[in-house]
Amino acid sequence: MSVSSPLLEVADLRAGYRTPVVGPLSLAIHPGEVVGLWGANGTGKSTLLHAIARGARVFSGRIQRKPGLTLAYQEQHPVRLPAMPLTGLDLLRAAGGHRTAVPEPIAPLLGRRLDRLSGGQYQLLTVWCALAAPADLILLDEPTNNLDPEAESLLAMVLGSQRGGRTVLVVSHERAFLAAACSRVIALDGTPADLDSGPTGERPRD
Amino acid sequence: MTETPLLLDPLFRVPFVTGLLLAATLPVLGTLLLLREEWLAALGLAHLAAASALLGLAAGLPLVLGGGLGALLGALAKGALEARGNVTYGFMILGGWSALLLVAANTALGDSLSHALIDGQLYFAGTIELTAAALLAALAALTLPWLTPRLLRARFFPRYETANGLPTWRWHLGFDGLAALGMAVGIATLGIMGAFALVLVPAWIAFRTATGWGPTLAIAAVSGALGYLGAFGLALGLDQPFGPVLVALLLVGAALTSALARARRRGSESRPGAVESRLPPA
Repeated sequence: MSVSSPLLEVADLRAGYRTPVVGPLSLAIHPGEVVGLWGANGTGKSTLLHAIARGARVFSGRIQRKPGLTLAYQEQHPVRLPAMPLTGLDLLRAAGGHRTAVPEPIAPLLGRRLDRLSGGQYQLLTVWCALAAPADLILLDEPTNNLDPEAESLLAMVLGSQRGGRTVLVVSHERAFLAAACSRVIALDGTPADLDSGPTGERPRD
Repeated sequence: MTETPLLLDPLFRVPFVTGLLLAATLPVLGTLLLLREEWLAALGLAHLAAASALLGLAAGLPLVLGGGLGALLGALAKGALEARGNVTYGFMILGGWSALLLVAANTALGDSLSHALIDGQLYFAGTIELTAAALLAALAALTLPWLTPRLLRARFFPRYETANGLPTWRWHLGFDGLAALGMAVGIATLGIMGAFALVLVPAWIAFRTATGWGPTLAIAAVSGALGYLGAFGLALGLDQPFGPVLVALLLVGAALTSALARARRRGSESRPGAVESRLPPA
């Protein structure tokens, strides 16, 4: 168990837009954790991230953010324009990140124009931009979209390497990916999150 | 040759410098408008600025001031109503055009001045226009280094601002105000289509050719300035109206850019190994 106070605490939360989509749900995220949030399509995973990022309506319960908490947010569908005369490095700088400790497979993307990257390369780059941003808590919404198995493994490795350093809440419908990448996994629909999960759906921390 | 004395005539120095300042500044604003997919809003603002310039003139205000007020009000309304999208910008253009011609038809000298605003009246630019253009260039130079990173972040990471409770209105309104001022000064000097072409075409050329954001800004500013210099010389030398010559030259530049890009693409596709390199690894 972590002894530090949580960066984020969600208590009995029901959130949505016109009507509640997710909850009631409680969870706490401590510094240095990489927490996975698993659920089938339509279970409200993204809505929960929106609510944490002040983008969805809270119907009941509460979201307690540590005072001064800064967030980085990787969109489920990153903004992609027909013409984007920015390089990967321009995008990284726009996110507030720096060209340090960039994983080897991502480094070559920094010198290329964004509109000349494949969907998977662009996805990988936007995830890295969120991870490299100067934020206390990083929210990743379905980061494996468009990724081939090789890139997915790379992303799991990159996320795994963040444990103990950065704090990440990652939403995905891919159990195996979350199991490989996260300190623990929480299931939204009450089912066990993965083979290692206990009855609460939480996977023991590494 | 008669054009050399004309080009060097002190009478043309103020108009020349005024136009050059605008030709280097408006394209830079255009890159951000294009990135925000708001380039059509510039044409809407130009029409609103032209209509309010004429109204202001009837009240004794200089064209630049009257136009600036109208464009700023348009930008404020756009921000307050969160008006986005081509249909909204189309309505802005239609509203501005209708107001411009109605004001022109009902004010003294309005008809001839509305033609001047549509065609441009660079050679009549005086101290007021020069001061306004210098102010615009200085404001852009001072504020864009602060605004641009925030605008890029808002464009590519749209939830970041809300998630962190940031006062986003400051930079969105700040840029809208700068763009409105640019269009107002632009139409008072270069005409509606001249100013709009400087916002759109150099930025488009830069988007097609640049290798990154820094080069995009540089290519846009240089393309705008080159198009302007060519148009200034040609229009004077051939005794042609400046606005249409400027637009024509910029369009020629855009066509050449497009042709070169196509040729380069064909060249890279025909190189041995080019097809294989696009295939995913086995």
